[in-house]
Amino acid sequence: MILVKDNRCDFCGTCVAVCPVDAIELREADISIIHDTCIDCDICIWICPIDVLSSDKGQGTSND
Amino acid sequence: MTDYDVIVVGGGPAGSMAAYSAASKGAKTIMLEKDRDIGYPVRCGEAVSDTGLRQFVEPKPEWIAATIKKIRMRSPDNTIIDFKSLMAGYVLHRRIFDYALANRASQVGAEIQTRAYVDGLIVEDDIVKGVKYQYMGEKRTLKAKIVIAADGVESRIGRMAGIRTAIKLHDIESGYQVTVGNIDIDQEMIDFYVGKNWAPGGYLWVFPKGDRMANIGLGVVGSKAKDYNSHDLLHKFLKEHYPQAAMLTSVCGGVPVAHTLKQITGNGIMLTGDAARMVNPVSGGGIVSGMHGGKIAGEVAMEAIAVGDVSSKGLAEYPKRWRKAGGKNHEALHRISTSIKDITDDELNRIALRVSKIPREERSVLKIFTVVAKEKPKILLDVTRAFVGA
Repeated sequence: MILVKDNRCDFCGTCVAVCPVDAIELREADISIIHDTCIDCDICIWICPIDVLSSDKGQGTSND
Repeated sequence: MTDYDVIVVGGGPAGSMAAYSAASKGAKTIMLEKDRDIGYPVRCGEAVSDTGLRQFVEPKPEWIAATIKKIRMRSPDNTIIDFKSLMAGYVLHRRIFDYALANRASQVGAEIQTRAYVDGLIVEDDIVKGVKYQYMGEKRTLKAKIVIAADGVESRIGRMAGIRTAIKLHDIESGYQVTVGNIDIDQEMIDFYVGKNWAPGGYLWVFPKGDRMANIGLGVVGSKAKDYNSHDLLHKFLKEHYPQAAMLTSVCGGVPVAHTLKQITGNGIMLTGDAARMVNPVSGGGIVSGMHGGKIAGEVAMEAIAVGDVSSKGLAEYPKRWRKAGGKNHEALHRISTSIKDITDDELNRIALRVSKIPREERSVLKIFTVVAKEKPKILLDVTRAFVGA
């Protein structure tokens, strides 16, 4: 699952541009991941210029 | 029944030009901007050429932060190459410039609404018939004969119409930029740094903004962004070069350095500017190309409405005119940009050393090109292919 760090995003839309499945909603000052659509490809994590996004993969603690 | 002839989504230079050209031809037009302000935040290096700008508007002194007369390029080992700028150019105040373009559109009758976030399209019989949007949280709809999507790098409106706009990592730059005060630079010079130390697969820029200010930023190509963070790279640069600089603005952003989308129209919809990937893929400049795309889109929209055919076929003049206006050149530039991204720091250093030995007054494009070709024959091949269209 892609996680959004609180209060870090600049709402620039770079992640939205690369998302292959259109799973990111972005408004003037609001970002959210549509988890049902997201395929966890992680490219939004790599492209973000300021490391807003991360993945809980490999942490082994997720119950969902 | 429609509320408007044309709805333009996005209030940047491409959107404002589309709104202006449609409205000035008599289309009942509205432009919707998702943010509270036209022209803000500025996610851009803000440099334009005088001739580029002049194709569409007469430059006004209040838009211009600095006039460019000199260009400096620095290789990874800091070999400095100075050029006299062949073209007159400006570093703009985009906040003021974008406002002026929107104001200009309004004066030929275009309506403008800010804080209008488009979150869906009205589609009937496979034809886009309008938009669903939220104004200050309130759900609204508007119907129109044509929707022009000028919604920037995100390009979600096109996706809503079934056009594939998602951009590949090697076709986008992950960028970070600041406007700083309290620095001493040559206010007539734009200054570029290349190499993986500063901007892997992209470049770092220092552009003057007048009054001891500068716009400083960089882009890292998306395919290398996993290992490099543009925010950290820029702060490293500032610490080493301009430790006294004060941050007046800091923003991030993505620059599409892609081939223009194969499909920039659908039934009742047209894509333009960054949303259509019209940015110059070598320079990353998108102001003038976006204005050009927007202008053509607005014109073709009104022509299609006049003859009553807003299908993709009826809008076919748009991609045709865009290609004629520079789209073909754009394709060549994209091929060149792809090979430039693969140049190593060592190759850049060797090229810079050779170029630095050419006397400044003899640094023509051809001479520099010859030097590049000696170091990197593949580029010559790519460029030749690009121009003969192989």
